Amino acid sequence: MSENTRKMTGARAIIECLYEENVEVIFGYPGGVLLHIYDEIYKSDLKHILVRHEQAAAHAAEGYARATGKVGVCLATSGPGATNLVTGIANAYMDSIPMVALTGQVPRSMIGNDAFQEANITGITMPITKHNYLVQDAKDLPRIIKEAFHIASTGRPGPVLIDLPKDITTEEIEFSYPDEVDLKGYKPTYKGNLQQVKRAASAIEKAHQPLIYAGGGILGSNASEELLQFAEHIQTPVTTTLTGIGGFPTQHPLYVGMPGMHGTKYANYAIQECDLLIAVGARFDDRVTGKLASFAPNAKILHIDIDPAEISKNITVDIPIVGDAKNILASLYKYVKPVEKENRKEWLDRIEGWKKSYPLHYVGEQDGLKPQYIIEQIYEACKDAIIVTEVGQHQMWAAQYYKFSQPRSFITSGGLGTMGYGYPASIGAKVGKPDRVVFNIAGDGSFQMNSQEIATAVQNDIPVIVAIMNNGYLGMVRQWQELFFEKRYSHTCIRDSVDFVKLAEAYGAVGIRVEKTSEVKPALEKAMNSGKPVIIDFVVECEENVSPMVPAGAPINEILDLERKE
Amino acid sequence: MRHTLAVLVENKFGVLSRVAGLFARRGYNIDSLAVGVTEDPNISRMTLVVRGDDHVVEQVGKQLNKLIDVIRVTDLGADESVERELALIKVKSDKDTRAEIIQIVDIFRARIIDVASKSIIIEVTGDEEKIAAIEKLLKPFGIKELVRTGRIALTRGSKSS
Ligand SMILES: Cc1ncc(C[n+]2csc(CCOP(=O)(O)OP(=O)(O)O)c2C)c(N)n1
Ligand SMILES: [Mg+2]
Repeated sequence: MSENTRKMTGARAIIECLYEENVEVIFGYPGGVLLHIYDEIYKSDLKHILVRHEQAAAHAAEGYARATGKVGVCLATSGPGATNLVTGIANAYMDSIPMVALTGQVPRSMIGNDAFQEANITGITMPITKHNYLVQDAKDLPRIIKEAFHIASTGRPGPVLIDLPKDITTEEIEFSYPDEVDLKGYKPTYKGNLQQVKRAASAIEKAHQPLIYAGGGILGSNASEELLQFAEHIQTPVTTTLTGIGGFPTQHPLYVGMPGMHGTKYANYAIQECDLLIAVGARFDDRVTGKLASFAPNAKILHIDIDPAEISKNITVDIPIVGDAKNILASLYKYVKPVEKENRKEWLDRIEGWKKSYPLHYVGEQDGLKPQYIIEQIYEACKDAIIVTEVGQHQMWAAQYYKFSQPRSFITSGGLGTMGYGYPASIGAKVGKPDRVVFNIAGDGSFQMNSQEIATAVQNDIPVIVAIMNNGYLGMVRQWQELFFEKRYSHTCIRDSVDFVKLAEAYGAVGIRVEKTSEVKPALEKAMNSGKPVIIDFVVECEENVSPMVPAGAPINEILDLERKE
Repeated sequence: MRHTLAVLVENKFGVLSRVAGLFARRGYNIDSLAVGVTEDPNISRMTLVVRGDDHVVEQVGKQLNKLIDVIRVTDLGADESVERELALIKVKSDKDTRAEIIQIVDIFRARIIDVASKSIIIEVTGDEEKIAAIEKLLKPFGIKELVRTGRIALTRGSKSS
């Protein structure tokens, strides 16, 4: 406990706690039970970004967290404000992103009486938070907020919700911020068990065809540097999952792209042929494994993860190491003898052969505008942008065709697959990293789920560039209908639903329409030079498919080419 | 396979619903659940009887451990622990049947804790088989109500769980 205590209201204490946690920005939306907190925000110099829908506050906090590595903070009022956060909290939970969500609640005396704008948000969010709190005594505020930030950001990160009854915010307390947390039931393991590290080292030395399969945990533990060094040290190819993209430089000769349903053929072949799969901060999601029984059939599985519950959850692990990826990769580096390139030649040559025979490709056309081409051009226009995406085909193309050289540069909704995530997340990312160019690669469907946030970007002067791959369809669903439902496009056509250029202009943002390949470059230049929030409506080929593709439930080496051959 | 798990939890608001919610959400089966405060009033102990193979029960344990309010989870092997359950059974009885019922109660070392003109309440402690056995024998007299605590258990010897 710090020496000097001061008397203050709960509302003021909340602000003080946020200062203590070095929070630089919160994303929020006010309401009745938050009036005292908002009054304290008004009096403080804490940065607050007013969104236009609470769902966007949660996504923006998450985008901020992913771009910066810090804890994202969002704030919403009781009842509908709190329930509007739910999708964003669930998204952060699925992708293990550190976030603290603060919600207002009706006064303690009214809880349980179906009071106006009462929702049992701790009950609702129990299965989608790492932990949550209903503050029952104003004196507990500093301890609870300290614990919340600690829980959110340590171990396997995740969202923590704190529900704040209104009368707590007016009560006076003696404020002092605790120096430490004391949680009997929460002691994450960081250092890998030495015995296990040695077992792993010996398995790695024995392997002839090892492969590293790295997930979002690489970013969560800031282990990209260690991953790069380790992969080079043992001359082992690396595949990164959707949420792991950027955790390993995508132009590195050892990189084999993304695995799974829309992964590269060579990543999937490498998984199926490897004799040791080194999983790091990845969780064997069904979109990666395809048919589980046929996944990596020849491989011993080595699994490094900070969450013991991930070990052998989906697939039986031969050598588990529980702990922090950064730590464990560094100690493996010490315990494994370096491998010379020549000694790995056979395996690396095979992979190189697959890369040459089965590269990612699309049929370029003279007139039709190809979304893959646009992504490539975005890379040409800005090689170190932060790329945020919505969910759908455009998301897969962004993952496949942009090239990443640094971590925390690809921000996407992986586990939950939330349409409408990208735009608010890109706003959060830009707030956290104002010096980076931030693109939201969007679909015409997804963008309409949170397009009201153009107002947030304009009002707060947040110059994110939205690149809509406007195919007039809920394209990813249409693709499945084309392939598996004989082109019965049931409720997936959304063509001409809105003029995105006019929509941008209505909010005071810049709107640009691009219909021809030749217009792509100038439009991107114009957008990047404008310094304003920009919406580019790329009118793309409407029935382009994401390729390659593993049909749901098939083994991942049964991966099909889908591009249209003209 | 049934496993008995001893789960020490912080005695905090909502902890029971966190545990119950976890079971519901992950599709685990609970056969019984007994909760009560321990020698330390800040800590409660839950005894869960869970059905599933070793892999499932291992997952249950790990997932429980992820709950911040859960301090420790121990799988109590049947050989190393003592298990008990308590049941209260209200049985129809009159002067014709009372003697026979009392005899059964004696054999099971159960106790009669309430006697009325048309019923008696029996308290019985033991493992599940014992309770099932006395229930079976009392059934013909007419069981009006039955309540059982669910299994509680402790490891044998000086080791604690
Ligand atoms: C909130 C939400 N609702 C529904 C879905 C199911 N879904 C997945 S992709 C998709 C289509 C996305 O369309 P669009 O944003 O236009 O992207 P495209 O696939 O056309 O690139 C839908 C409906 C989802 N992922 N999220
Ligand atoms: Mg679309």
